[in-house]
Amino acid sequence: MAASEQEILAGLAEIVNEETGIPTGDVALDKSFTDDLDIDSLSMMTIVVNAEDKFGVKIPDDEVKNLKTVGDAVAFIQRAGA
Amino acid sequence: MPLLPGKRLLLTGVLTDTSIAFHVARLAQQEGAEVVLSSFGRATRITQAIARRLPAPAPVIELDVTSPADLDALPARVGEHVDGLDGVLHAIGFAPEAALGGNFLATGWDDVATAVHVSAYSLKALTVAARPLFGPRVSVVGLDFDAAVAWPRYDWMGVAKAALESTARYLARDLGQHGVRVNLVSAGPLSTTAAKSIPGFSELSGIWGSRAPLGWDVYDPEPAALACIALLSDLFPATTGEIVHVDGGVHAMGA
Repeated sequence: MAASEQEILAGLAEIVNEETGIPTGDVALDKSFTDDLDIDSLSMMTIVVNAEDKFGVKIPDDEVKNLKTVGDAVAFIQRAGA
Repeated sequence: MPLLPGKRLLLTGVLTDTSIAFHVARLAQQEGAEVVLSSFGRATRITQAIARRLPAPAPVIELDVTSPADLDALPARVGEHVDGLDGVLHAIGFAPEAALGGNFLATGWDDVATAVHVSAYSLKALTVAARPLFGPRVSVVGLDFDAAVAWPRYDWMGVAKAALESTARYLARDLGQHGVRVNLVSAGPLSTTAAKSIPGFSELSGIWGSRAPLGWDVYDPEPAALACIALLSDLFPATTGEIVHVDGGVHAMGA
């Protein structure tokens, strides 16, 4: 069964927390990775790689720049079939 | 018959699974090699995650090629995982933003020095640091981008690659008597993380396909990786100081 939005958000929040120390509760759908969470490109790469492994999806490099908010990433992962 | 049976290899430059070095690691393991990866600083966590996508586990050691302490520690760090080395892949390059992108005439020496230190001198630094582990026959392979001509926007990175090419020749001269071969693979533009950080990459990759007699796929790093595998193998025992072009043939065309 496909993962729900809430399940993907929770999983993604754990990955973000592990990489950056940001509390999982702060990783909300409307938060911008760069502006709100202050995540730089190197951390973003680590998050993407770990998200790919966790959810079994491929997030192409060209797509990463379009994932501005946590919600964008959750929606992409859901569409990609997690 | 595998091409790299029992070969012990130190591979730098595995960052993502689009990296040429990732595909060298993957193919090397498939050909029977034992692989140790290096990364540095915060990139190490990415390399560790990507390493889990290889056919077999590969340890990741810390190595900043501009750090004398890391270079001194290299034999001990590699030695924790393998008892010697038969090959080294140098897949390292960096130029500050000010050294790339059409700023050639205004770039200051500090930025140029960084580019040359990380991208060219590091081939010597890495090779010499790894020498205590070298077996009787060793292949050192570096990743190049054709420095025989000037390219749009590549600027001081191009100069650094020219220095890399020359460094490889001098290393070949001084280490040949010790059984060490030093060669470069000059690949066409590939859509890797490293390349995408180069301004003007898309215009370069755009013309490549039309000029290459064999055609060119910027999304396929395997041809370049296969050339590295061949040079790391015993198939080129009398070849050193060489640049193998894996570019679809562009280097040989006048237009």
